[in-house]
Amino acid sequence: MAHIALATGFILILIGLYGALTNRNILRMIVSFTVADTGVNLVIVAVGYLRGRTAPILDATLPAAEAAARIIDPVPQALVLTAIVIGVGITALMLAYAYKLHETKGSLDIADYRELKW
Amino acid sequence: MIKRFTVLLLLAGVGTLFAGLLLGYSPDGELNATARYYADHTAPDIGAANIVTAIIVTYRGLDTLGEVTVLFLTAAIVGLVLARGRRRTRTEQRELPPSGELLTTGSRLLVPLILLLGVYVFVNGHLTPGGGFQGGAILASAILLMLLTDPLRRFSHRLISALESTSGLVFVGIGLLGVFFAGGFLDNRILPIGNLGSLFSAGVIPVIYSFIGLKVGAEFSSMLVSLSETEDS
Repeated sequence: MAHIALATGFILILIGLYGALTNRNILRMIVSFTVADTGVNLVIVAVGYLRGRTAPILDATLPAAEAAARIIDPVPQALVLTAIVIGVGITALMLAYAYKLHETKGSLDIADYRELKW
Repeated sequence: MIKRFTVLLLLAGVGTLFAGLLLGYSPDGELNATARYYADHTAPDIGAANIVTAIIVTYRGLDTLGEVTVLFLTAAIVGLVLARGRRRTRTEQRELPPSGELLTTGSRLLVPLILLLGVYVFVNGHLTPGGGFQGGAILASAILLMLLTDPLRRFSHRLISALESTSGLVFVGIGLLGVFFAGGFLDNRILPIGNLGSLFSAGVIPVIYSFIGLKVGAEFSSMLVSLSETEDS
């Protein structure tokens, strides 16, 4: 189970990298980055998974005394929650800059922006 | 051609790295020391039923404060970058086709329900798999639905920024109260911990998470509003 999730995450990262490196359209690059971002999150969550255990939420069926023996690792989940939120922020920033670039040059093709090319 | 080859070569390298990691991975049978500490101490010390929430709001509360700050910076930069463009007023905007009966009526029905769900999700953040960030995102999705229905609708920037800054101040203020009345910055034991699993439990976690929810909702909404206002439609 954890291996499937890990493999999916790694494949998503590779797909994202491939898309970001081969596409010339800035919007497609942004979408590729979000795909890679999802892959990273999936990998981190998969690492915290322990076989046969349950979500880290205490209730009547999961008393606090048994928690340590029955829950999966809560730390990666907390990390991923942070990572998702920051990912949204980064995507919004990239979209805003893409809009600005389109406004200045009227093009979203990365080949038209040669200022930083050496 | 040579460029595509380089890309494939790079990906093959990264893929080999990942394959090595994947094949060498063996899942843990037991929690590690950090996770075990959180699992054992959350219920008696923090009183939150959701251990992830206890980690985010109390154990690693300072990180969350930083995260909210990053989000605020993002919203501010998006606003700054986009606001320099020329704002179109309603009169020079070209006519948009009407958004349709289904979307209009549907959003009128759904927006209050979505707002209610968002508030429910962040108020119950310490009990259920929800919380301020998720609830805030749900609140912003209601704003997105309203913008889809009427792309020319304008929201009050003053209201959004007032909501955002008030919740931020309350968040930091409650954190500072923890220094004086409890164990340290962002300590949740200013209020009684209460019974595990009831709504009024876990000290100030529900209060802090509600304000985080409002703040995140306001920040996401301000990004959406900035993006929609500069639209070249």
